[in-house]
Amino acid sequence: MPLITRSKKQEARNKKQEARSKKQEARNKKQEARSKKQEARSKKQEARSKKQEDDPVKSKIMFEPVILKNINASDSYTLTAYLKTGGYQALKKALEMNTDTIIQMVKDSGLRGRGGAGFSTGLKWSFIPKDPTIPKYLCCNADEGEPGTYKDRAIIEKDPHQLLEGIAIGCYAIGASNAYIYIRGEFTLGADRLEDAIREAHSKGYLGNNILGSKFSLNIYVHRGAGAYICGEETALLESLEGRRALPRIKPPFPALVGLFGKPTVINNVETLACIPHIINRGAGWFAAIGPAKSPGPKLFGVSGHVNKPGLYELPMGTPLREIIYTHAGGIKGDRRLKAVIPGGVSAPMLTEKDLDTPMDFDSLAAKGTMLGSGAVVVMDEKTCIVKAALIVHEFFHHESCGKCTPCREGLDWIVKVMRRVEHGEGKERDLDLLLKLCGDIFGRTFCPLGDGAVMALRGAINNFREEFEYHVKHKRCMAGC
Amino acid sequence: MLSEGAVKEINDLTGKYANKRSAVMPALFVVQREYGYVTEEGMREVANILGLRPVQIFEVATFYTMYNKKPVGKYHIQVCTNISCSLLGANHIVDFLSMRLGVKVKETTPDKMFTLSTVECLGSCGTAPMMQINDRYYEDLTKEKIEEILKGLK
Repeated sequence: MPLITRSKKQEARNKKQEARSKKQEARNKKQEARSKKQEARSKKQEARSKKQEDDPVKSKIMFEPVILKNINASDSYTLTAYLKTGGYQALKKALEMNTDTIIQMVKDSGLRGRGGAGFSTGLKWSFIPKDPTIPKYLCCNADEGEPGTYKDRAIIEKDPHQLLEGIAIGCYAIGASNAYIYIRGEFTLGADRLEDAIREAHSKGYLGNNILGSKFSLNIYVHRGAGAYICGEETALLESLEGRRALPRIKPPFPALVGLFGKPTVINNVETLACIPHIINRGAGWFAAIGPAKSPGPKLFGVSGHVNKPGLYELPMGTPLREIIYTHAGGIKGDRRLKAVIPGGVSAPMLTEKDLDTPMDFDSLAAKGTMLGSGAVVVMDEKTCIVKAALIVHEFFHHESCGKCTPCREGLDWIVKVMRRVEHGEGKERDLDLLLKLCGDIFGRTFCPLGDGAVMALRGAINNFREEFEYHVKHKRCMAGC
Repeated sequence: MLSEGAVKEINDLTGKYANKRSAVMPALFVVQREYGYVTEEGMREVANILGLRPVQIFEVATFYTMYNKKPVGKYHIQVCTNISCSLLGANHIVDFLSMRLGVKVKETTPDKMFTLSTVECLGSCGTAPMMQINDRYYEDLTKEKIEEILKGLK
């Protein structure tokens, strides 16, 4: 080979080498910047936790559980155990109070419905007509079905008397002498515990005729559902209680005027009712002082997914999401980074790392375009494929759509079909826009919030992780790292 | 035919409600317990007892997933595959059970002992992955734990 060619080749090789080392240098610089950022981040984190330690009011670890205070005792579900911790004292106190005073007290406490909608409980009670000749009902919504949620089950299984006492006070306040607990069919143990608790309470005069020597009489019945998420919607629950398919009713009329068997009815969630005895015992002011002024009180947060200590945590409303995940639930498994978190059951649009300082209360989460819902925190780490997660959630909504309204029934069918092909690597370029268009065709066009919930969840996933959806369409597989 | 005890039970159920029709759902659970699943015969008997038209029973039975419209095995294994359980490997649990029992999802073993199903969220997300066998919850599942559970089911 001529010498000249060889030296040219050598030159080229040298140039390549040079380029390579330049690249390496750039890479090193980037790495440096990254570790600097990392350092800054950990410093911030440290400062934040120090601040929390310094401020005892902010340090929610000091918070004494209220609703879950009894659940660690092995016999917590018995009447004996409940009476030992002051059980049924609130009912006794309430029966000596004027019913309007009780309703005002619940209003003043600022208690908002823990089922997800966050409506003022006292206000809801005040809508019930006062006419004593009209029968009235209270239904406890124990159809806990929002994926990620398992808080009501804990109250029912571990402290059923707390719920019964709340129901009894509610019934006294609105003038109802019959109440139904609509419990999801799968909670067999819970239904048995409630039946036993009702029997026990009857035998000691806390339920039945002339409760504790008063003129107030009450019967509480347990009604088991049979596997339909839609029954968590209050009017569907009433249809189901009347022995029909659980298709939501159009509102108005609202259940407060035309509810169960056509009579005025209050429907309250389990956790909401469990707060009532404590408000009566400790006062509206005590309750209102816990957490943010506009959405106060203790709240159960059920953490699940990729955390070290999944579980149920009772904390003041307004506790930051970061504290729930990193302080209470022990952080992300395997020290991975957080990718997404659903803050309030799967209908709530997901948040990302940048939102971790959001206080977990009705208004703060609404301001972030999501919702507190049931307080079910589902944590997903950096390896999670968001497209797959969204498909799982939408297979659920599709399965649970009751079929009454066309936009939800047909729309969710289409959404799932399109999402399946995107997830399976058969997506087309226009599919993302098609999904968003379908969302628009469902949102606000249905009798009940099921369709809206599905749409909000999907929009949240696409808006936060559009590039992952696009990657699935383009490369026919999950984005690297998933 | 429903047993005398079951008929009495259904009649007694009506006392809980202002409307007899409300007893349809609990009555269908009685039918399922008696026959193993909700049979057409059982549903017609409920209609008779409650003074309703048979279609008023059929429409309820077909709406709710917990009423089995077909026979299931002695042990009905239902694995939750919703989000929290899926994040923690519910699909491996389903695959393992499918391999171990030799049936696919929605199938029953030839000896009629086991039916394998997947199911939507059962409210046990803090102890995921989980499954339900008949009425009982089994939580924090691992393959080893499932082996132990299956050994106990004869």
